[in-house]
Amino acid sequence: MIKITKDEIRILLYMVVAVAILACLPLLDQGYILSLGLTIVMYVALCTAWVLFSGPTHYISLATAAFFGLGTYVVGIGIDVLPFPILLIIAALIGGVVSGLVGIATLRLSGVYFVIFTLGMAELIRQIVTWIQTNFTTGIGLYVLTDFSEAHIYWMLLALTVLIFITGWLINRSRLGFAMRIIGNDETVAAHVGIDSAKAKVLLFLISGAYIAVIGAILAPRFAYIEPPSAFNPMISFLVVIMSLMGGTRTLWAPLIGVVPFTLLFDMVSARFPNHSSILLGIAFLLIVYLIPDGLIGRIEGITKRFSKKKERTHE
Amino acid sequence: MSKPVVLKVNSATKRFGGLLAVNNLDFEVTEHEVLGLIGPNGSGKTTVMNLISGALKLSSGEIRLEEKIVSDLPAYKISQLGISRTFQLVKILPTLSVIDNVISGGVFGYHRMWGENAEETALHLLKKVGLAALAFKPTEQLTYIDQKRLELARALAGNPKLLLLDEWLAGLNPTELQIGIELIHSLRAEGRTIILVEHVMDAIRSLCDRCVVMSSGVKIADGEVAETLKNPEVIRAYLGDSDA
Amino acid sequence: MEIIITGILLGGAYALIAVGLTIQYGVARIMNLATGETLVASCFCTFWMFNSLKINPILGIFLIAPAAFILNWAIYSLLLLPLVRRAKNKAMLEVDSILATFGILFLLEGLMLVGFGGEYFSYSFLSTSYTIAGTAYGLNRIVAFLAAVLITGTLYVFLTHTRYGTSVRAVAVDPAAAGLVAINVDRVSAFAFALGGVVTAAGGTLLSTFYTFNASMGVVFTMKALIIVIMGGVGDVRGAVIAALILGIAETATATLIDPGLTIAATYFLFILILLFRPQGLFGRQTT
Repeated sequence: MIKITKDEIRILLYMVVAVAILACLPLLDQGYILSLGLTIVMYVALCTAWVLFSGPTHYISLATAAFFGLGTYVVGIGIDVLPFPILLIIAALIGGVVSGLVGIATLRLSGVYFVIFTLGMAELIRQIVTWIQTNFTTGIGLYVLTDFSEAHIYWMLLALTVLIFITGWLINRSRLGFAMRIIGNDETVAAHVGIDSAKAKVLLFLISGAYIAVIGAILAPRFAYIEPPSAFNPMISFLVVIMSLMGGTRTLWAPLIGVVPFTLLFDMVSARFPNHSSILLGIAFLLIVYLIPDGLIGRIEGITKRFSKKKERTHE
Repeated sequence: MSKPVVLKVNSATKRFGGLLAVNNLDFEVTEHEVLGLIGPNGSGKTTVMNLISGALKLSSGEIRLEEKIVSDLPAYKISQLGISRTFQLVKILPTLSVIDNVISGGVFGYHRMWGENAEETALHLLKKVGLAALAFKPTEQLTYIDQKRLELARALAGNPKLLLLDEWLAGLNPTELQIGIELIHSLRAEGRTIILVEHVMDAIRSLCDRCVVMSSGVKIADGEVAETLKNPEVIRAYLGDSDA
Repeated sequence: MEIIITGILLGGAYALIAVGLTIQYGVARIMNLATGETLVASCFCTFWMFNSLKINPILGIFLIAPAAFILNWAIYSLLLLPLVRRAKNKAMLEVDSILATFGILFLLEGLMLVGFGGEYFSYSFLSTSYTIAGTAYGLNRIVAFLAAVLITGTLYVFLTHTRYGTSVRAVAVDPAAAGLVAINVDRVSAFAFALGGVVTAAGGTLLSTFYTFNASMGVVFTMKALIIVIMGGVGDVRGAVIAALILGIAETATATLIDPGLTIAATYFLFILILLFRPQGLFGRQTT
């Protein structure tokens, strides 16, 4: 389980090629397509970071918007004082500390407590930030003025996505990943072979939260003007859940399959029928539960399996 | 010459609501000893195993592993301190391969290993329990006895100070039973310290140095096997009162 | 004192929402995240009946209740029961029901947004003042509180003193065992889910008499109801009532003494205390 297999090398090569091709996008277009590409890469990064935790644990985290908002705020507050890379590190630290604390408070208990806690978390942090800003600072909004173009942000996000993938791969090969597989099989056995399952889950949630905060930080220059309602928009949390589950959560790259079509669809619907976007989310959730519980990846695997079985039969 | 005590159970009591499952139980296990814990159905044996491994918490009393109180610790810490177990109803990790099932017992517990070292140890254990040929197979194909063997290999992977076998021989056919008893014999020969909950009396006679007999949550006898099994109170507990 | 009375009056409406949810979760074992939308939908119904049909909100409850009952029964039987049947274990049902009720949440919210837009609504009903201990309180708040007490009381008597109520409680304790003593578990679960919906809808009607509401505020109420349910202990009607009053007072105190913008923070503060010290609920027994 420690040696690198041939399959892994092949996947690595594919990834290098894919990333190289994607990195060329800003050279082709600087307008609408790049902007759309940026949104897609943002959701790919968010979903991958989300699946890092929610995939193996099956805990539905709705805290994405909270960590994302924290990240943007770190940049909003510090941009005039500190260099951007340092702000990214600070965002990771704050995201990690907050997710770690939330994890310690909730992950010892059943999944429901965790979902409820994360459900209102973006709103909670938004209220606290607004309160601090109105009472202790001069205004609510923050300007983030940088020299970054959309292309720069796109490249940074793409690089971060690669980093998240590598992290996920390393976790999978580590004791932590092994522990998560055992927990996923049987939590009683896990405890009796010496695994502190609460600690493992907290650690994973911490890593995921830190990455999400960094994604928020990278995107701050795109917003240029940051205020609590847009930075802590709960919609982000729900979209990430839908896209990830739509793709599938058993592998890190499965969410990709959900992100691209759903981003396009949601972008179109919310532009043309802004009042109908909630209905779309509702339908998406119901669709996932009733028709594609294993995600599109599960569907695809099912079809290919049936296909190869048929093939075998015709060969006999 | 007294051997060092590995496990000491002191007035252990466990209540489930109004039911007193284990009542003021005392016993000890010394190093290299194989102790049989026996008694009729419902006498509280498995509850005792669960209390020792930390799956359940004591209502009162204490359990010590080499002087250290372990009864207030969570199960994973008890495992890390050197107590391994098998389960009455076999618990295999279905999506892991056979060898990964074994390795899982040795990564986070008392004696820790990882990487090639872990794989070697796991292969060695699989050979010992007779599963070497299936090492890299999925667990789906395992028969019942193979699952039991696998669970035993997993429990041994952490090289525990104390091994708890909860009805490990139950449900095996006569041939398998012979193999099973021999396997535990080999563990005994290695000098392992074991507590055995068992219904198979032949196994108790041939494997155990000593046995503790429970009935309705209370210890009714404790001593050398053959002698204890002749104890009238033990016979009454198993067969019922002849006057009744 | 003023804070306590205002808090208790607010807690009355919270109690109904939370009692509705605790019955749904405790008996039907569905964590209904769309409960806030049931509440808001009921607010809009009451508003519409009051404005266009001139129906008194208190009487309106008698029209809304049967509608809520039928709707929630249908939701349970058509959407949720298949999930209960397909779930292999408790954790799977949890994830499935969370996702399914999210779907219902957004669907309802979307429909209300399309129907009424995102603005805030309110109407004027019994908006005269009434003086208790030297301070004036809205008469509508007091009437709503008394109605809430009456509804909760009736429900409590139903659950503890009738045959059907006892079978509902039996399913809450152990569905498998309840099935063995000839209780139709699926039907009782559907009934409990529908009953919970009715109580929540009644809460919405009462709330709308003194509260400004809009189509997208459901989630906040779901949040509060969930936290009250956990505080009171899942399935515990008395616990939910007491927890609701505590939350009402805590929120009012935060709003008056610190900042009205921090009510969620107050809710979370209580939630964290519960998680850290009494995760089994205020009155729940330790389950070890």
